[in-house]
Amino acid sequence: MALKRGRGVAAINYPTGMNLGGDPTHALVHSTPTGNFMVSLSSVDLGQGMRQVVAQICAETIGVPVERVIVDAADTDTGPLCMGTFASRGTHRIGNAVIQAAREARQVMLEVAAEALEVDAGDLETDGEGNIQVKGAPARAISITDAALAAHFRQGRAISGRGIFLVPRSYPEAATGAMKPATCYAHACTVAEVEVDDETGEVAVLSLKNVFEVGRAVNPKLVEQQLVGGAWMGMSHALYETTEPYYPSREHGPTDFNMYLMPGPGDVPRIETVVLERPAPDGPYGAKGTGEMCANPHIPAIANAIFDAVGVRIDTLPITPERILRALQERSRRAAA
Amino acid sequence: MELRKSYFADERDDHLVEVGKPRARTDALGHVTGASRFFADRNFPGMLHLKMVRSPHHHARIRAIDTAAAERLPGVVRILTARDVPHNLYTILTLIQVGPEDENVLATDKVRWQGEAVAAVLALSERAATEAAARVAVDYEVLPAVLDIDAALQAEAPIVNEYHGRNYYRYDSGECRKVRYGDVEAGFRAADHILDQTYSSSPIEHAPTETTGCIVVPEPGERFTCYTNTQAMFFTLDVVAMILEVPGHRLHMVGGTVGGGFGGKVDVIVEPIAVLAAKLTGRPVSFIYSRAEEMQVSSPRGAERIRIKDGVLRDGRIVARQVTAWLDAGAYSRHSTYGAQKAAAHFPGPYTIPNVAVDSYCIYTNRTPSSAMRGFGVTIGDFALEVQMDKLARLVGMHPLEFRCLNAYRDGDMKAHRQPTEGAALVECMQEASRLAGWPMAQHFYAMSSRRREA
Repeated sequence: MALKRGRGVAAINYPTGMNLGGDPTHALVHSTPTGNFMVSLSSVDLGQGMRQVVAQICAETIGVPVERVIVDAADTDTGPLCMGTFASRGTHRIGNAVIQAAREARQVMLEVAAEALEVDAGDLETDGEGNIQVKGAPARAISITDAALAAHFRQGRAISGRGIFLVPRSYPEAATGAMKPATCYAHACTVAEVEVDDETGEVAVLSLKNVFEVGRAVNPKLVEQQLVGGAWMGMSHALYETTEPYYPSREHGPTDFNMYLMPGPGDVPRIETVVLERPAPDGPYGAKGTGEMCANPHIPAIANAIFDAVGVRIDTLPITPERILRALQERSRRAAA
Repeated sequence: MELRKSYFADERDDHLVEVGKPRARTDALGHVTGASRFFADRNFPGMLHLKMVRSPHHHARIRAIDTAAAERLPGVVRILTARDVPHNLYTILTLIQVGPEDENVLATDKVRWQGEAVAAVLALSERAATEAAARVAVDYEVLPAVLDIDAALQAEAPIVNEYHGRNYYRYDSGECRKVRYGDVEAGFRAADHILDQTYSSSPIEHAPTETTGCIVVPEPGERFTCYTNTQAMFFTLDVVAMILEVPGHRLHMVGGTVGGGFGGKVDVIVEPIAVLAAKLTGRPVSFIYSRAEEMQVSSPRGAERIRIKDGVLRDGRIVARQVTAWLDAGAYSRHSTYGAQKAAAHFPGPYTIPNVAVDSYCIYTNRTPSSAMRGFGVTIGDFALEVQMDKLARLVGMHPLEFRCLNAYRDGDMKAHRQPTEGAALVECMQEASRLAGWPMAQHFYAMSSRRREA
């Protein structure tokens, strides 16, 4: 009986979006009378922080402080079509639609400011702090609040914009499978270290070292939140989870979190994460989708680390202590025979 | 977490103002103080609670449904069965022209999985609805069930789903989605080693903090507001409209803060019957999965089996890869036809291999219908691919990172699905992982780039 350590690696890529279904998202942006910007979407924030990412993308594009962007999401009366929050598509598809809408709104805003300042709109820039100024002559400026008031009450102009981002559907060719499943891919590599008890079959994950290439981390804290949560989920898939532990018998099928096993706080290893950014040409500021892939590389990395530790391959998920013990016993039997 | 800006710096504008800022989420304070409102935090006068009567059998014919005893219980307002549903045959992907319709909202003549919805009980309290659901008497004739992929594909296997007529989904490419690139048999003949391995997985639950559900309120003007935690508002609206045969402008979907989805809330299961119940009773209706329903009734990640046969040269280059993947959809398609297709596109993984053949099957069994889950069509495939890569590296006696770098795709390489590789960064991820883990490779692997293949 011994505790045996092992190390394993896995490397993966992941497609952004659902090209094989046709994949539009539509966004609207408008200014309130005092120069706040409302983004209207039917897109859903599942808890990953979609609204925050949209606010930052909109603020960047219009050139206003992020506090002035309000995101109205998940309402079919006020928000235009979004296919949905799935397929790692949210940041990429919604972000692109918002950029297009925000650019149109920004253009109107600059034209309104130009008329108020009696200059050419092409000579104007935003300072990112709520003002529009003449390039090279920042004293000639108008606040965005005043520009929005002028647009509404003096010039009668709508500071608003429409955006839609569509990746047209790719139909696979029947004979060859030629298709375009995505326009960009994110990447990852994970190294896992484990300790396996060869008497009980229990696995402790000691560390997960992750490198993810995400195109652009629009909000690094939200990227970290996804990647650390994903690492936990990947570890859980590798070692713990099944809804049908004795299939085809449905007995002992878990019905609550006491029976559906997942790693608790004490089981979570040291997780180190490094992020690389190779911007996608069609991504919003280069961003790719990482919502799903962040649970993927850990599963094979842990499986490979278990083999490295105790020399048995478990090719069926989840890799439970029972499966490891049975494989170890089978190996001993073969060695004896 | 660390951002390593030295990679690909020349492809990036790092002088952005808001993009790249690690700002706190505006909803974080509400979440940690319990102030955030979820759909189920609403209550309406006269609201009814919906509970399902579910099949205890994997496969059975329904001879009769007797609701009389249940209807007499205090608090029970109405019990819905198949005949109450206007268009009681649907499939979610009809909206993107992927048919056929193959699933009932409430079972008609048959149940095809243990847990299938047979009747919907509406009562003044959850407790009354639950008690009444237990009193609905359903007379079943139990039928032989198909419980795994092999059994499904036997010639004499019972048909799981008559709308397909066979126990697999038929693509325009035939019994599976196919990818053919190069000549995989010639590749195997040229290989020094062949490795043929099979991997499998069990269904997995999404386990969101908040279970799937909705509350529907009838509004003046024959409109219905549906407060839902769906992941896709218009998908849900349009599927409800089709099933109820009402114009879409009668429906208003309202989401908000969602307690996790992970693909478990894209199936459009709770909304159609809840809107129908509100329409037929004229009262607000709440239909929220219990934790047990979330874990045993809602679609899990499907069980998969993946066979990978590789041909590899002594120097580590993979010259042929043949993948056969079977996704167990359970009794109905839901999103599985899409998942099997996405899997076909994903193989052979992020490696450049000159000869590839992929067959990806979507199989029907009398199992809980599976559907989308985080990494749909890819997660289990990556498990199989990357364990296989580890075995191959050991077979040829190479460092597992160096072996992957050698085979990694680079910009300009043609993929098996005939798209040129663009924006690759796999090599750089491995270089950085090697440094992070203190697991060094030979020096020349650090000079490799995804942007070009060295001479």
